[in-house]
Amino acid sequence: MRLTPMETLGIILAVAAGTQLTRWLPFLLFPESREPPRAVTDLGRLLPAAMMGLLVVYCMKDVAWTAPPHGAPEVLAVSAVVLLHRWRGNVLLSIAGGTALYMLLVQAVFV
Amino acid sequence: MKNLTPRRAALRAAFPATIPVMTGFLCLGLAYGVLMQSKGYGPLWSTLMSAVAFGGSMQFVAITLLTAAFDPIQAFLLSVMINARHMFYGLALLDKYRGLGKIRAVLIYTLCDETFSLVSSLEPPPEADRKWYYLCVSLLDYAYWVAGTAAGGLLGNLLTFNTKGMDFALTALFVVLFLEQWKRRENRPAGAASLACAAASLTVCGAENMVIPAMVLVLAVLLGGRKRLCA
Repeated sequence: MRLTPMETLGIILAVAAGTQLTRWLPFLLFPESREPPRAVTDLGRLLPAAMMGLLVVYCMKDVAWTAPPHGAPEVLAVSAVVLLHRWRGNVLLSIAGGTALYMLLVQAVFV
Repeated sequence: MKNLTPRRAALRAAFPATIPVMTGFLCLGLAYGVLMQSKGYGPLWSTLMSAVAFGGSMQFVAITLLTAAFDPIQAFLLSVMINARHMFYGLALLDKYRGLGKIRAVLIYTLCDETFSLVSSLEPPPEADRKWYYLCVSLLDYAYWVAGTAAGGLLGNLLTFNTKGMDFALTALFVVLFLEQWKRRENRPAGAASLACAAASLTVCGAENMVIPAMVLVLAVLLGGRKRLCA
Protein backbone atom coordinates (compact mmCIF):
# COMPACT_ATOMS: atom_id res chain seq x y z
CA MET A 1 0.00 0.00 0.00
CA ARG A 2 1.18 3.51 -0.83
CA LEU A 3 -0.10 6.84 0.44
CA THR A 4 -1.16 9.68 -1.85
CA PRO A 5 1.40 12.51 -2.36
CA MET A 6 -0.47 14.83 0.02
CA GLU A 7 -0.68 12.09 2.65
CA THR A 8 3.02 11.33 2.22
CA LEU A 9 3.81 15.02 2.72
CA GLY A 10 1.61 14.98 5.82
CA ILE A 11 3.57 12.06 7.30
CA ILE A 12 6.88 13.78 6.49
CA LEU A 13 5.77 16.98 8.23
CA ALA A 14 4.39 15.04 11.21
CA VAL A 15 7.67 13.15 11.61
CA ALA A 16 9.60 16.45 11.25
CA ALA A 17 7.41 18.23 13.82
CA GLY A 18 7.72 15.41 16.36
CA THR A 19 11.47 15.13 15.87
CA GLN A 20 12.07 18.88 16.05
CA LEU A 21 10.03 19.16 19.24
CA THR A 22 12.45 16.76 20.94
CA ARG A 23 15.42 18.80 19.68
CA TRP A 24 14.13 22.21 20.80
CA LEU A 25 12.48 21.39 24.14
CA PRO A 26 15.57 21.51 26.42
CA PHE A 27 16.71 24.79 24.88
CA LEU A 28 13.25 26.28 25.36
CA LEU A 29 13.00 25.00 28.96
CA PHE A 30 16.43 26.33 29.93
CA PRO A 31 16.94 29.54 27.93
CA GLU A 32 20.38 31.10 27.60
CA SER A 33 19.47 34.03 29.82
CA ARG A 34 19.25 31.81 32.90
CA GLU A 35 21.85 29.57 34.49
CA PRO A 36 20.48 25.97 34.51
CA PRO A 37 20.25 24.26 37.92
CA ARG A 38 23.22 22.22 39.13
CA ALA A 39 21.35 18.92 38.58
CA VAL A 40 20.92 19.78 34.89
CA THR A 41 24.62 20.64 34.51
CA ASP A 42 25.61 17.32 36.13
CA LEU A 43 23.21 15.45 33.85
CA GLY A 44 24.83 17.14 30.88
CA ARG A 45 28.17 15.67 31.99
CA LEU A 46 26.85 12.13 32.49
CA LEU A 47 24.36 11.80 29.65
CA PRO A 48 26.73 11.38 26.67
CA ALA A 49 28.07 8.03 27.93
CA ALA A 50 24.69 6.92 29.23
CA MET A 51 22.90 7.62 25.96
CA MET A 52 25.32 5.46 23.99
CA GLY A 53 24.41 2.48 26.20
CA LEU A 54 20.73 3.15 25.70
CA LEU A 55 21.16 3.41 21.93
CA VAL A 56 22.98 0.07 21.77
CA VAL A 57 20.18 -1.73 23.64
CA TYR A 58 17.56 0.13 21.61
CA CYS A 59 19.07 -1.28 18.41
CA MET A 60 18.71 -4.80 19.87
CA LYS A 61 15.10 -4.39 20.88
CA ASP A 62 13.53 -6.39 18.04
CA VAL A 63 15.77 -9.44 18.40
CA ALA A 64 13.72 -12.59 19.10
CA TRP A 65 15.84 -14.27 21.79
CA THR A 66 13.45 -17.15 22.43
CA ALA A 67 13.01 -18.26 18.82
CA PRO A 68 15.73 -19.71 16.55
CA PRO A 69 18.36 -18.45 15.79
CA HIS A 70 18.10 -16.91 19.32
CA GLY A 71 19.81 -13.66 18.35
CA ALA A 72 22.91 -15.45 17.08
CA PRO A 73 23.50 -13.06 14.12
CA GLU A 74 23.27 -10.03 16.43
CA VAL A 75 25.50 -11.52 19.13
CA LEU A 76 28.11 -12.64 16.60
CA ALA A 77 28.11 -9.36 14.68
CA VAL A 78 28.27 -7.18 17.82
CA SER A 79 31.10 -9.38 19.11
CA ALA A 80 32.87 -8.85 15.79
CA VAL A 81 32.45 -5.07 16.11
CA VAL A 82 33.84 -5.11 19.66
CA LEU A 83 36.79 -7.34 18.74
CA LEU A 84 37.58 -5.37 15.58
CA HIS A 85 37.44 -2.13 17.53
CA ARG A 86 39.64 -3.49 20.33
CA TRP A 87 42.08 -4.80 17.74
CA ARG A 88 42.44 -1.91 15.30
CA GLY A 89 40.52 0.94 16.94
CA ASN A 90 39.41 2.05 13.49
CA VAL A 91 35.82 3.28 13.62
CA LEU A 92 35.17 2.74 9.91
CA LEU A 93 36.68 -0.75 9.86
CA SER A 94 34.72 -1.85 12.93
CA ILE A 95 31.41 -0.67 11.49
CA ALA A 96 32.00 -1.99 7.97
CA GLY A 97 33.30 -5.36 9.21
CA GLY A 98 30.44 -5.93 11.65
CA THR A 99 27.81 -4.93 9.11
CA ALA A 100 29.28 -7.14 6.38
CA LEU A 101 29.34 -10.11 8.78
CA TYR A 102 25.76 -9.42 9.86
CA MET A 103 24.53 -9.24 6.26
CA LEU A 104 26.30 -12.50 5.48
CA LEU A 105 24.78 -14.17 8.55
CA VAL A 106 21.16 -13.12 7.91
CA GLN A 107 21.33 -13.64 4.16
CA ALA A 108 23.31 -16.87 3.85
CA VAL A 109 23.72 -18.61 7.21
CA PHE A 110 20.61 -18.14 9.40
CA VAL A 111 18.03 -17.92 6.64
CA MET B 1 38.12 38.49 5.94
CA LYS B 2 40.01 38.39 9.21
CA ASN B 3 37.60 35.69 10.42
CA LEU B 4 38.59 33.40 7.57
CA THR B 5 41.47 31.68 9.30
CA PRO B 6 39.66 30.56 12.48
CA ARG B 7 36.75 29.45 10.32
CA ARG B 8 38.96 27.49 7.98
CA ALA B 9 40.68 25.97 11.00
CA ALA B 10 37.25 24.94 12.26
CA LEU B 11 36.42 23.16 9.00
CA ARG B 12 39.84 21.55 8.94
CA ALA B 13 39.24 20.14 12.43
CA ALA B 14 35.61 19.20 11.83
CA PHE B 15 35.93 17.26 8.58
CA PRO B 16 38.23 14.44 9.79
CA ALA B 17 36.08 14.07 12.90
CA THR B 18 33.02 13.48 10.74
CA ILE B 19 34.56 10.85 8.44
CA PRO B 20 33.16 7.94 10.49
CA VAL B 21 29.75 9.58 10.34
CA MET B 22 30.17 10.05 6.58
CA THR B 23 30.70 6.32 6.18
CA GLY B 24 27.83 5.42 8.46
CA PHE B 25 25.44 7.97 7.02
CA LEU B 26 26.24 7.35 3.36
CA CYS B 27 25.78 3.63 3.98
CA LEU B 28 22.60 4.04 6.04
CA GLY B 29 21.22 6.84 3.90
CA LEU B 30 21.83 4.61 0.91
CA ALA B 31 20.03 1.74 2.65
CA TYR B 32 17.18 4.10 3.50
CA GLY B 33 16.89 5.40 -0.07
CA VAL B 34 16.93 1.84 -1.43
CA LEU B 35 14.36 0.67 1.13
CA MET B 36 12.07 3.60 0.34
CA GLN B 37 12.48 2.84 -3.35
CA SER B 38 11.49 -0.78 -2.74
CA LYS B 39 8.28 0.45 -1.07
CA GLY B 40 7.41 2.62 -4.06
CA TYR B 41 8.85 5.94 -2.81
CA GLY B 42 11.39 7.37 -5.26
CA PRO B 43 14.47 9.53 -4.56
CA LEU B 44 12.46 12.75 -4.35
CA TRP B 45 10.34 11.46 -1.48
CA SER B 46 13.17 9.80 0.41
CA THR B 47 15.42 12.87 0.01
CA LEU B 48 12.61 15.19 1.09
CA MET B 49 12.05 13.10 4.22
CA SER B 50 15.77 13.13 5.02
CA ALA B 51 16.15 16.88 4.40
CA VAL B 52 13.03 18.02 6.28
CA ALA B 53 12.63 15.47 9.07
CA PHE B 54 16.32 14.48 9.38
CA GLY B 55 15.13 11.72 11.67
CA GLY B 56 17.74 8.96 11.32
CA SER B 57 16.39 5.72 12.74
CA MET B 58 12.92 7.24 12.99
CA GLN B 59 12.85 7.44 9.21
CA PHE B 60 13.23 3.66 9.04
CA VAL B 61 10.29 3.35 11.43
CA ALA B 62 8.39 5.87 9.31
CA ILE B 63 8.59 3.51 6.33
CA THR B 64 5.99 1.37 8.07
CA LEU B 65 3.86 4.51 8.54
CA LEU B 66 4.12 5.26 4.83
CA THR B 67 2.94 1.79 3.92
CA ALA B 68 -0.02 1.64 6.34
CA ALA B 69 -3.25 3.63 6.69
CA PHE B 70 -2.66 7.43 6.79
CA ASP B 71 -2.18 8.42 10.45
CA PRO B 72 -0.19 11.66 10.98
CA ILE B 73 -1.04 11.84 14.71
CA GLN B 74 0.54 8.45 15.27
CA ALA B 75 3.52 9.55 13.15
CA PHE B 76 3.96 12.67 15.32
CA LEU B 77 3.64 10.83 18.65
CA LEU B 78 5.90 8.02 17.52
CA SER B 79 8.51 10.56 16.40
CA VAL B 80 8.42 12.30 19.77
CA MET B 81 8.77 8.99 21.64
CA ILE B 82 11.44 7.44 19.46
CA ASN B 83 13.44 10.68 19.38
CA ALA B 84 12.88 11.53 23.04
CA ARG B 85 16.59 10.88 23.57
CA HIS B 86 17.27 14.17 21.72
CA MET B 87 15.97 15.95 24.82
CA PHE B 88 18.87 14.47 26.76
CA TYR B 89 21.28 15.58 24.05
CA GLY B 90 19.93 19.11 24.34
CA LEU B 91 20.39 19.03 28.12
CA ALA B 92 23.96 17.85 27.65
CA LEU B 93 24.69 20.61 25.12
CA LEU B 94 23.02 23.56 26.91
CA ASP B 95 26.42 24.81 27.99
CA LYS B 96 28.34 24.24 24.73
CA TYR B 97 25.60 25.76 22.59
CA ARG B 98 25.31 28.87 24.78
CA GLY B 99 25.82 32.30 23.24
CA LEU B 100 26.23 31.18 19.64
CA GLY B 101 23.70 33.59 18.17
CA LYS B 102 21.67 32.76 15.09
CA ILE B 103 23.53 29.61 14.11
CA ARG B 104 22.29 28.01 17.33
CA ALA B 105 18.98 27.38 15.55
CA VAL B 106 20.78 25.45 12.80
CA LEU B 107 22.70 23.43 15.38
CA ILE B 108 19.49 22.52 17.19
CA TYR B 109 17.59 21.70 13.97
CA THR B 110 20.31 19.31 12.80
CA LEU B 111 21.13 17.77 16.21
CA CYS B 112 21.36 13.98 15.84
CA ASP B 113 22.92 11.03 17.66
CA GLU B 114 26.16 11.25 15.73
CA THR B 115 26.60 15.04 15.85
CA PHE B 116 25.85 14.93 19.56
CA SER B 117 28.44 12.19 20.05
CA LEU B 118 31.09 14.20 18.23
CA VAL B 119 30.51 17.64 19.72
CA SER B 120 30.05 16.24 23.23
CA SER B 121 33.24 14.18 23.19
CA LEU B 122 35.62 16.25 21.05
CA GLU B 123 36.93 19.77 21.66
CA PRO B 124 37.86 21.97 18.69
CA PRO B 125 41.52 23.06 18.56
CA PRO B 126 42.24 26.49 20.14
CA GLU B 127 42.92 28.21 16.80
CA ALA B 128 39.52 27.18 15.44
CA ASP B 129 36.35 29.20 15.75
CA ARG B 130 34.30 27.08 18.19
CA LYS B 131 30.97 28.19 16.77
CA TRP B 132 32.04 27.29 13.23
CA TYR B 133 33.41 23.97 14.38
CA TYR B 134 30.00 22.95 15.73
CA LEU B 135 28.35 24.31 12.61
CA CYS B 136 30.70 22.36 10.30
CA VAL B 137 30.17 19.09 12.19
CA SER B 138 26.39 19.58 12.18
CA LEU B 139 26.08 20.56 8.53
CA LEU B 140 28.53 17.93 7.26
CA ASP B 141 26.61 15.18 9.09
CA TYR B 142 23.33 16.56 7.76
CA ALA B 143 24.72 16.69 4.22
CA TYR B 144 26.01 13.10 4.38
CA TRP B 145 22.61 11.83 5.39
CA VAL B 146 20.72 13.73 2.72
CA ALA B 147 23.29 12.88 0.02
CA GLY B 148 23.31 9.21 1.02
CA THR B 149 19.54 9.09 0.82
CA ALA B 150 19.50 10.70 -2.61
CA ALA B 151 22.17 8.29 -3.86
CA GLY B 152 20.25 5.31 -2.48
CA GLY B 153 17.04 6.47 -4.09
CA LEU B 154 18.76 6.97 -7.44
CA LEU B 155 20.78 3.74 -7.32
CA GLY B 156 17.71 1.86 -6.13
CA ASN B 157 16.42 2.25 -9.68
CA LEU B 158 19.48 0.52 -11.11
CA LEU B 159 20.69 -1.88 -8.46
CA THR B 160 18.73 -4.81 -7.14
CA PHE B 161 20.99 -6.23 -4.45
CA ASN B 162 19.86 -7.79 -1.23
CA THR B 163 19.91 -5.05 1.43
CA LYS B 164 18.76 -7.33 4.24
CA GLY B 165 20.87 -6.64 7.33
CA MET B 166 22.37 -3.44 5.97
CA ASP B 167 20.73 -1.40 8.71
CA PHE B 168 22.99 -3.18 11.18
CA ALA B 169 25.46 -0.37 10.39
CA LEU B 170 23.42 1.77 12.81
CA THR B 171 23.87 -0.77 15.61
CA ALA B 172 27.57 -1.12 14.82
CA LEU B 173 27.97 2.67 14.91
CA PHE B 174 26.50 2.94 18.40
CA VAL B 175 28.46 -0.06 19.68
CA VAL B 176 31.64 1.69 18.49
CA LEU B 177 30.61 5.04 20.01
CA PHE B 178 29.80 3.25 23.26
CA LEU B 179 33.29 1.74 23.24
CA GLU B 180 34.74 5.19 22.54
CA GLN B 181 32.92 6.59 25.60
CA TRP B 182 34.01 3.54 27.60
CA LYS B 183 37.67 4.45 27.02
CA ARG B 184 37.29 7.22 29.57
CA ARG B 185 37.16 5.59 32.98
CA GLU B 186 34.93 8.25 34.51
CA ASN B 187 32.22 7.48 31.94
CA ARG B 188 31.99 3.79 32.78
CA PRO B 189 29.50 3.88 35.70
CA ALA B 190 27.02 5.92 33.62
CA GLY B 191 27.56 3.70 30.55
CA ALA B 192 27.12 0.45 32.47
CA ALA B 193 24.10 1.77 34.36
CA SER B 194 22.38 2.81 31.14
CA LEU B 195 22.93 -0.63 29.58
CA ALA B 196 21.32 -2.20 32.66
CA CYS B 197 18.43 0.31 32.71
CA ALA B 198 17.71 -0.14 29.01
CA ALA B 199 17.90 -3.94 29.23
CA ALA B 200 15.55 -3.95 32.24
CA SER B 201 13.12 -1.66 30.44
CA LEU B 202 13.21 -3.86 27.33
CA THR B 203 12.55 -7.00 29.39
CA VAL B 204 9.70 -5.51 31.42
CA CYS B 205 8.01 -3.17 28.93
CA GLY B 206 8.75 -4.89 25.63
CA ALA B 207 10.25 -3.61 22.40
CA GLU B 208 7.43 -1.21 21.52
CA ASN B 209 7.41 0.68 24.82
CA MET B 210 10.98 0.52 26.07
CA VAL B 211 12.29 4.00 25.23
CA ILE B 212 10.46 6.23 27.71
CA PRO B 213 10.78 3.89 30.75
CA ALA B 214 14.47 3.38 29.92
CA MET B 215 15.02 7.15 29.79
CA VAL B 216 13.17 7.63 33.12
CA LEU B 217 15.28 4.88 34.72
CA VAL B 218 18.54 6.34 33.36
CA LEU B 219 17.47 9.78 34.56
CA ALA B 220 16.67 8.45 38.05
CA VAL B 221 19.98 6.58 38.33
CA LEU B 222 22.04 9.53 37.09
CA LEU B 223 20.23 12.02 39.32
CA GLY B 224 20.62 9.65 42.26
CA GLY B 225 24.29 9.05 41.68
CA ARG B 226 25.35 12.38 40.19
CA LYS B 227 27.08 13.66 43.32
CA ARG B 228 29.35 10.62 43.39
CA LEU B 229 29.71 10.33 39.60
CA CYS B 230 30.53 14.01 39.05
CA ALA B 231 32.94 14.32 41.97
